[in-house]
Amino acid sequence: MKDSIPITILMADDDAEDRMLAADALDEARLTNDIRFVEDGEELMAYLKRQGRYANADDAPRPGMILLDLNMPRKDGREALGEIKADPDLRTIPVVILTTSDADEDILRSYNLGAASFITKPVTFAGLVKVMLALKSYWFEIVALPKQ
Amino acid sequence: MHLANKTAFPITILVADDDPEDRMLAEEALQEARLANDIRFVKDGEELLDYLKHRGNFADPESSPRPGMILLDLNMPRKDGREALREIKAEPDLRTIPIIILSTSDADEDILRSYNLGASSFITKPVTFDGLVKVMLALKMYWFEIVALPGDKG
Repeated sequence: MKDSIPITILMADDDAEDRMLAADALDEARLTNDIRFVEDGEELMAYLKRQGRYANADDAPRPGMILLDLNMPRKDGREALGEIKADPDLRTIPVVILTTSDADEDILRSYNLGAASFITKPVTFAGLVKVMLALKSYWFEIVALPKQ
Repeated sequence: MHLANKTAFPITILVADDDPEDRMLAEEALQEARLANDIRFVKDGEELLDYLKHRGNFADPESSPRPGMILLDLNMPRKDGREALREIKAEPDLRTIPIIILSTSDADEDILRSYNLGASSFITKPVTFDGLVKVMLALKMYWFEIVALPGDKG
């Protein structure tokens, strides 16, 4: 059941510092997966559909999980989530919302659109590492992910 | 520190499993994991939908408090977990409830189809009780300490 090939984690976040902190936290949590970043919903969809600069499949390995910010320019996480879950080819990829928001409306809407989980970004780095450790132990040690 | 993910009240966990021994083991494992929630059981997909829609034996809403999470077996008589999952995710009122498949199956096809139908996660039931407790501890850590569930702050 355990895949021998570590999966690619794709993270969408418009804030450069948040992307860097996430990379550091994933590293601190000893997640040895291939981590890819995109900056907004447009880039996310281009990556997943292998369009534009991602036309070469080698530049856009299919992720086994997506960490998705909600508030991004051009196309936000809500819209991207809706598109991903409406696409028969992409809908099986678990999407974990990772956002500064803790608004009930955002939480409810994310689950309604098919997010696997909703996590509010902690304000401290230690908190973020704790989240990454939790993601690692839950998604990679307990849960069976779909073979993409 | 803003504890956005802490529940203000214990949520109801609804377990759907046709095997009475597995239901008993699940209950014991949840207790062992100190998941001090209100735990409810149904034994097949028909009962599950009746519960969620407050029908039949569950017409009284007090007998069927809305669950904050569903642990769903796949292979059940009358209506299996796959069919129940599909129906639940088609209902605007029910689709926001996270559903975690907890099944003896580890078949790629079952895993893929479950995610395709909208399951939040797929977990293959461990064969040992210790393994099951480990799963319940993981569910507790992830879903009740890290993740925000819909209606958490209700």
